[in-house]
Amino acid sequence: MTLTPVTPTIRSRPVYAPLGARPGRMHLIVADGEGAEAVTDMLARTEDAGNLLADAHIMYCPGPTGSDQTAVLQAIGAAQFFRAPSIPAMLPRLARVLSAAHMGTQFYLAGSEGLIGQAERDIMNTGFPFEAIQKEHRGSTLRRVQCVHCKGITENVATDPFRCSHCGLNLFVRDHYSRRMAAFQGVNIDAEDPGDVPAAVVRFK
Amino acid sequence: MSLDFKPGAFNDFFRDETFRDDFTYRNSPEGIRRFPFPFDRDDYMYSVNMEPHVPGRKGSVFEHEFDVDEHYVAEMIDRAKVLADDPLRCQSLPHMTLAGWDLLELIMESKARDYPHWFGLEKTGNRWRWINRPLGIDHSFTFLDDSTLPFGPFEYITRQTQGDFTLQDERDGTLWMDAGIATSQADWSVDFDVGMNFHEWHAPVPLAHEKGVFDRALKFLLKLQHGAPVRRFNWTMTVNPLLDTAPETYPKWGPTKTSITPENMGRKQHLRVELQTLYRLPRSNAIAFDIRCYLGKFDEIVTQPKWARRLHRVVRDLPDELATYKGFIRNRPAMVEWLSKYDDGAPTSVGWWPED
Repeated sequence: MTLTPVTPTIRSRPVYAPLGARPGRMHLIVADGEGAEAVTDMLARTEDAGNLLADAHIMYCPGPTGSDQTAVLQAIGAAQFFRAPSIPAMLPRLARVLSAAHMGTQFYLAGSEGLIGQAERDIMNTGFPFEAIQKEHRGSTLRRVQCVHCKGITENVATDPFRCSHCGLNLFVRDHYSRRMAAFQGVNIDAEDPGDVPAAVVRFK
Repeated sequence: MSLDFKPGAFNDFFRDETFRDDFTYRNSPEGIRRFPFPFDRDDYMYSVNMEPHVPGRKGSVFEHEFDVDEHYVAEMIDRAKVLADDPLRCQSLPHMTLAGWDLLELIMESKARDYPHWFGLEKTGNRWRWINRPLGIDHSFTFLDDSTLPFGPFEYITRQTQGDFTLQDERDGTLWMDAGIATSQADWSVDFDVGMNFHEWHAPVPLAHEKGVFDRALKFLLKLQHGAPVRRFNWTMTVNPLLDTAPETYPKWGPTKTSITPENMGRKQHLRVELQTLYRLPRSNAIAFDIRCYLGKFDEIVTQPKWARRLHRVVRDLPDELATYKGFIRNRPAMVEWLSKYDDGAPTSVGWWPED
C-alpha cells in the first residue's frame, strides 16, 4: 500500500506527499493504522535512519478500521515509543510533548486524515511553522466532519449524506476543509425540502 | 461596561424595521434611487473588477468611506440579536487584536469626519471619547488598551458598523482570514473559515479558480497600500429581506426558497448586493475586508426601467453553475418569467447608474 490518492478537487481540501527524513533536533512521528507503513517506508529510504531514530518519538494508535501495526513500529528502535488505544487518548500526550518541543523539531504525520488533521492542528496551535510538518495519508478515507449547524463533529463518516451524530440533521459532506477544526464541513441536505433525503452512498472507507 | 443601544435619535431618518419575523424592511424612494445596482452591462461573469474606493457621486453609496444609510440602526439591532443567539459569528484569533484597533480607528475617524452630526471623536493623547448619536453611545476609552472597552476592539466597532468584516493577516505570501464577524453573510461560515488562507476560504466558489481570478486578486491585494482602499461588487439572491443567511441557520431559512410564487415574487424576492471594500491597516499591516449588504426587492428594482431590463437579461443568461452556487437555480425560471414583463428589449446604456 502507498500514499492514498486524492482526487483533485477544491483548494481547501488537503493534499499529501510521501514522508521524507529531514535534518532536525527531534523527530516527532505521529501515526495511526496504515500510517505505520509510511513511517517504515520513509526509514527504508533514509541512509542514516539510525540517527533519526535516536532522536525520534513515535506515537501510534490503531486506525479507524482496526488496522494495528503496533508491533512493527515498536520494534524499529525509536528513542521513545508510545501506543494509545485511540486518537483522543493520544492527544493529551501530544500536547505535553509539544509544550517542551523546540524549534528545529521535525513532524511526521501519517495515517488517516482525522489523525493527521488533529495532530497538525495541535502542532500549529503551539506555533510551529507549517513547513516543519509533513503529512502522508495512508489507509482509511473515513472523514471527520463538522456539522455547520450544531458545530458537533462526527468521526469516521463513511456515507454521503449521513446523519449528524449530535443534532440528527441529514448532512452532505463537502470537500471544504478547515485546518483549525481539522474537519470537513457537513451541510443539511434537505433544508429546502425537509424529508427529501437522497439514499446514502458509501464514499469513504 | 456594556454596549447597550439607546436608539431614538434621528428617527425621522433611521427606519424602525425588521429583518426577521414580520420582515418590515424596505427601501424608501430615495433609498431605491441610491441602491447600488451591481451590473454595468447586460451579462455577468466573475472578474476581479476592483476599482479605487474614492468618494463617488453625492447621495450615492460611494459618497463616503463607510456608507451609513436609513437601515443603520435596525441593522445594528439585528446584529446584536444574531450575536446573542450565536457568539461564534464573531471571532478574532489572538494575534489580530492590533488589527482590530486599526479598524476601530479607521471607522471612527471616517464616520466622525463624514457624518459629524451623527458621530463624534475627541482625542486627548490616547484618551478617546466616541459619540454615536444614532445608537445612543457616549464612551471614553484608552486607545490600544483592550481593558477599557466592553468587547475586543474588532467586535466593539463592528457592532456599530453596517457590513460584515474580516481581517486578513499577511504572511507566507498570502492572506489569512484570522478574524471575522458575519451576521449578514451570503451563506459562508466565519466559524469554519477563520484561520484559512485566501485560496482556502474561496475554495468552494465555482469557475473562478480556473479563470485565475483568485490568483490575480491575491496578487493585487498583496500590493494594497495604506490610504488607497479598493472596492468591488458581488451579488446574489435572497428570499425575504433576511440579512442573516448563514449556513448555521440554513435549516431555518432554506425552506423559504420554496415559498416564491409569481404573485409574491416582487415583494419577497430580493437582489442582494455586496459592496466589498478593502483597506490596508497602518500598524498591523493587515487588510480589512468590509462586505456591506444591500437588499432590494424586485418590486423596488423594477421601478428603474434600465435596471429592470438588465436584471432580466443577467438572470436569464447566467451559467447554471453560478445560479446553483448563488443558491437560486430553483427559482430562476420563475424569476426570468416575472422579470421578462419589465424588459421591452430596448438597448441599455453601459454603467450601473439608473438614468445615465
